[in-house]
Amino acid sequence: MSQRKNRFLYDFFRDPAAILGAAIMIVFTAAALLAPLIAPHDPYDLKTVELGDSLKPPAWEEDGDPEFLLGTDDQGRDILSTIIYGLRTSLTVGFSVMLLAGTFGVIIGLLAGYYGGILDAVTMRTADTVFAFSTTLLAILFLGLFKQSGVGIVILAICIADWVRYARTMRASVLEVREEAYITAAKATGANDFHLLLIHLLPNALPPIFVIMAVDLAAIIMLEATLSFLGVGVPITKPSLGMMIASGKNYIYAGNWWLIVFPGATLVLFVLGLNLLADWLREELNPRIQRSR
Amino acid sequence: MLTYLTRRLIQGVIVLLAVSFVCFIIFRYMGDPVISMAGQYATAAERDEIRKIFGLDQPPYVQYWRFLTNALRGNFGISYETRLPALGLIVERIPASAELAASAMVFAFTVGVGLGVLVSANPRAWLSRAVMAGSLGGISIPTFLIGIVLIMVFAVQLGILPPFGRGETVKLGNWWSTNFLSLDGLEHLILPAFTLGMYQLAVLLRLTRSGMREVLTTEYIKTAWAKGLSPARVVFKHALRNVLIPVVTVAGLQFGDLIAFSLVTETIFQWPGLGNLLLTSLYESDQPVIVTYISLVAVFILTINIIVDLLYALLNPKIRYG
Repeated sequence: MSQRKNRFLYDFFRDPAAILGAAIMIVFTAAALLAPLIAPHDPYDLKTVELGDSLKPPAWEEDGDPEFLLGTDDQGRDILSTIIYGLRTSLTVGFSVMLLAGTFGVIIGLLAGYYGGILDAVTMRTADTVFAFSTTLLAILFLGLFKQSGVGIVILAICIADWVRYARTMRASVLEVREEAYITAAKATGANDFHLLLIHLLPNALPPIFVIMAVDLAAIIMLEATLSFLGVGVPITKPSLGMMIASGKNYIYAGNWWLIVFPGATLVLFVLGLNLLADWLREELNPRIQRSR
Repeated sequence: MLTYLTRRLIQGVIVLLAVSFVCFIIFRYMGDPVISMAGQYATAAERDEIRKIFGLDQPPYVQYWRFLTNALRGNFGISYETRLPALGLIVERIPASAELAASAMVFAFTVGVGLGVLVSANPRAWLSRAVMAGSLGGISIPTFLIGIVLIMVFAVQLGILPPFGRGETVKLGNWWSTNFLSLDGLEHLILPAFTLGMYQLAVLLRLTRSGMREVLTTEYIKTAWAKGLSPARVVFKHALRNVLIPVVTVAGLQFGDLIAFSLVTETIFQWPGLGNLLLTSLYESDQPVIVTYISLVAVFILTINIIVDLLYALLNPKIRYG
């Protein structure tokens, strides 16, 4: 086990793309967690936001104000601070969906893969259908119809379809692991189902889920931004990268590029970091592809 | 094969029934149809009359049955906003959406698969590495951001392409209007089609490459090389054919995504298609239009799925459905 762990770390530190991905992920998560400490302003404290400061360009431009490094938006909020607070929303939604949909999907996939039969047939047909309708489309419809906006309901809307990814992957993985000799051996020793599922199957079938988690987190963060951009996501009282870009779109002809470029770049960089990490994990955990060293 | 087809059709019908049930709930219980039809200021007597005329006073299962039979006849009711039949409003928007989606798919497919083959044939070339890095960027940029950046660069900064709308269209027959037959229409199509195609392109490219990577190491490809066949023949005739089956399948099964992202694209470019209509209807709580949209999209997605599954079975000799 420790040898395997060493190999894992060894591979990791030899892959610049993986290190870059992890670094982006760590820096952005830390910024989001420490937002009140490191953000120069509190963009949602109405006492400190002044309309007179609105639409200031970044500090290095002409007319820039050193107090607002990346400029201000049309309400006079500091762009840098809003981005940092917006990352908080992205991460809250991202991790909540990942944990909720992930747990649910893994349990369903585990049971469907192990027991098979009608449970398997019904869940997998449901999964096919939900997948065909697309997470994005279902979330837009759900939120558009309910009209209640809030971080919780956005999380719920994404979960409706997102668990499917985990359930399918888990099921496929369980089907492979189920045939291994140690499972047969455990069965022969008279282990009960609960013990078998939890102690033997779950841990051994889990690795592919880690890849899905990284890919999924990236997808959820993009989806949350898309929903907020369309106006069906988090409420306007919450900072969100998608909403920043949507309001920047109104000034697209006025030449206020910083309203879109900075939140947009943050979003892309964050998702790119996660995808780099996911790519590395996929190759690392895939026994079929020999990594070229 | 026939049993398989029947089973798939029965499954499809079950899903459609479920969808119709959800639609009925939306139509009947999300927002009050009586107020939507009679207006905010109608008296209690007027409301009762509306309720009676539209049968909204009858038990729910009677209402559901009528909703279902009407829907099967293509009668989805009248839009609350425009007072026109909901189906007509939807059908009118189909050409715009279909042309945008088709252009995006053709673009994504040719460029995506083409680059995927190129990259897997020369994996060590610096250009291949650049393409792969680019594809990672492609799946990391959300569709709405691609659209906005394209507008910023090509419409606002350079001023060479129009930022929104469908431009000039040419009428074909009774109801189809096309973008393909006028220069202005084509110019308007470029940015939205590129935006919508970008995500699919990156996904197809990555799928083709990983498929090729596995197939190129198999014995029959080694045999093909050993026979002295030309590289083009090995790559395109022997390898790509087998890779394309899963690629087409995945692309077909992700049709819902294409519809979702065309909704986003249409919003950004104010493209007068279905997605744009849906979003407006959602804002206005125009339930009949929403319900029609959902029903048609459901039928469409299920049909595509069944066709893709059957094609997969026909193309792949390893699979026989009993």
